[in-house]
Amino acid sequence: MWEYSEKTLEHFLHPRNVGEVENPDGTALVGNIACGDALKLTFKMDEDGKIKEAKFKTFGCASAIAAASALTEMIKGMTVEEAEKLTNQDIADYLGGLPQEKMHCSVMGREALEKAIAHYKGVPVAETEGKVVCECFGVTEPEIERVVRENNLKTIEEVTDYTKAGGGCGGCHEAIQEIIDRVRAEIKPAAMLRPKLTNIQKIKMIEETLEREIRPALRQDGGDIELVDVVGNKVMVATRGACASCAAVHLTLKDFVEAKLRELVWPELEVEEVSQ
Amino acid sequence: MTTIYLDNNATTQVAPEVLEAMLPYLRDLYGNPSSMHSFGGQVGRRLRLAREQVAALIGAHPEEIVFTSCGTESDNTAIRSALATYPGKRHLVTTRVEHPAIHALVAHLAQEGYRVSEIPVDGEGRLNLEHYARSLTPDTAVVSAMWANNETGVIFPVEEMAMMARHKGILFHTDAVQAVGKIPIDMRQSAMDMLSLSGHKLHAPKGVGALYVRKGTKFSPFLIGGHQEKGRRGGTENVASLIGLGEASELAAKNLEKENTAVKNLRDKLENALLSLIPNSRVNGDRQDRLPNTSNISFEYVEGEAILLRLNEFGICASSGSACTSGSLQPSHVLRAMGVPFTMAHGSIRFSLSIYNTEPEINFVIEKFPPIIEELRTLSPYWEVGQEVCATRDFGGV
Repeated sequence: MWEYSEKTLEHFLHPRNVGEVENPDGTALVGNIACGDALKLTFKMDEDGKIKEAKFKTFGCASAIAAASALTEMIKGMTVEEAEKLTNQDIADYLGGLPQEKMHCSVMGREALEKAIAHYKGVPVAETEGKVVCECFGVTEPEIERVVRENNLKTIEEVTDYTKAGGGCGGCHEAIQEIIDRVRAEIKPAAMLRPKLTNIQKIKMIEETLEREIRPALRQDGGDIELVDVVGNKVMVATRGACASCAAVHLTLKDFVEAKLRELVWPELEVEEVSQ
Repeated sequence: MTTIYLDNNATTQVAPEVLEAMLPYLRDLYGNPSSMHSFGGQVGRRLRLAREQVAALIGAHPEEIVFTSCGTESDNTAIRSALATYPGKRHLVTTRVEHPAIHALVAHLAQEGYRVSEIPVDGEGRLNLEHYARSLTPDTAVVSAMWANNETGVIFPVEEMAMMARHKGILFHTDAVQAVGKIPIDMRQSAMDMLSLSGHKLHAPKGVGALYVRKGTKFSPFLIGGHQEKGRRGGTENVASLIGLGEASELAAKNLEKENTAVKNLRDKLENALLSLIPNSRVNGDRQDRLPNTSNISFEYVEGEAILLRLNEFGICASSGSACTSGSLQPSHVLRAMGVPFTMAHGSIRFSLSIYNTEPEINFVIEKFPPIIEELRTLSPYWEVGQEVCATRDFGGV
């Protein structure tokens, strides 16, 4: 059985915003029945340029339904510019994390949103127009590239978890590896250009990032985090509130806190939970 | 919340009688059956009885039974033994719908350089016997075909297939893990050379199985070690659980009729009710030649994992052949081999009953199940109310 977070199960059992918005401003259908999941997203704007109403219909597993439900809740009240910034990781975080093998459900949510916004703006979506790499699941090169870049993916297996690409016949594994290598080669030099940080600079940046990027997101779910110490690249933290009793806290620390710190402070940081 | 367990092809409850028989051998009678003292010797004698009980269930001689740790080990032993004892032959025949214990093993053997023929099935999961006959060659070392399919319950004509293999001097093995205890088996009347069975599918504990090896069949051990099992399987016996397997075998023989009457009636009641209450649903697999306890039903335009987790809220346990539960991204290889359309394959649910299920339990499922499908369909972008009903469409093999 999958280890779903309580929030994922709750959204699955009681999905919000089911159905289709009448006369939608933006609409999209992504996925298909052969692949095992699909999501239809519709939304309507208000006079102030904010998303007033969003509804979904999903064919798929528990996490696909929960991710779609979460997505509709998240985008309500956002401007299109804000919604465009939403990543698949944001959807997963909102749900308190998703099992690694189910991350593609969060990616499907982000894709639907992107396509619906493109429909609203009347522009084509770049990702779906590229060369198809995975024939089994119809995944394109730009889609894989983007997911590798945004989620810092390193292996074919991870790409399959996030996009399904490579999960069928396996004929595209070589092509996926090439994409990973290419994207990572682009990321690496940028990271290596970073000047070395002194310990004090590092701690300062970690504190700032926690304050600005991480704590607000955790507080939304009634949780919190505190920095205890930094030794070399080890970042010792203590969890508070809902996080302290959350079964998925390790996922949050790894996939969210550590990922953000690595992205914004130093690529080799490791987050460790200490009780205090 | 009480549990309604309809997942007996996955594993079964240990029968109370079985547990009773085992307990002394977990507590006080812990001797090694191979020891030279009577403290161990009494355990050896009890193990002999267990072997007789297992043999009796399938009409075998006790010395034809090799105890193993599970069905998978039995399968691996059988195939590896056949290949080792006929080293000149480099070809195997199996089916497209085998359990992973065989399916993954032959894929592995193919990488080692063996040639593998997998016999296809039709839309009802029935084997193509003409194709099978054509596949038997002088280079074929062994045929391995399951007796009954774990997902659909469809029964293969293994006796007929074994005769065809024997005429060509080819060893025949059957994975009978799902069949033992549910349909009559008599190896005295059979042309099969080897048969695998598993304890936890017939109300014995997990971690024990057996391989039937017909007297006179050349054999090469898989686990090499001590002289246990007459040198056919090294390793100290899982004594208590094997005693449980013996008791369970005796019980299964007693309950065989019940399996084919009471259990079958409950299965049919559940199946017919769900088919009539839920539009766009259909049974996967041949409804004639089928295990009495198994029903595999597809519900169009909904996804299996979602159904299972909704059932879970009511304490109802079943399983699915959907992609999300198969551990891969594609629906079950069995349903795909049968050409079940994607609209149906992702929404397949397998109910597998046992003698412990009751009519009130089945009534409860009949009450709770249809609204789950209805609700999930309102979520589905592919479902429109008043859609064409699938029974009028042709879902023949693709």
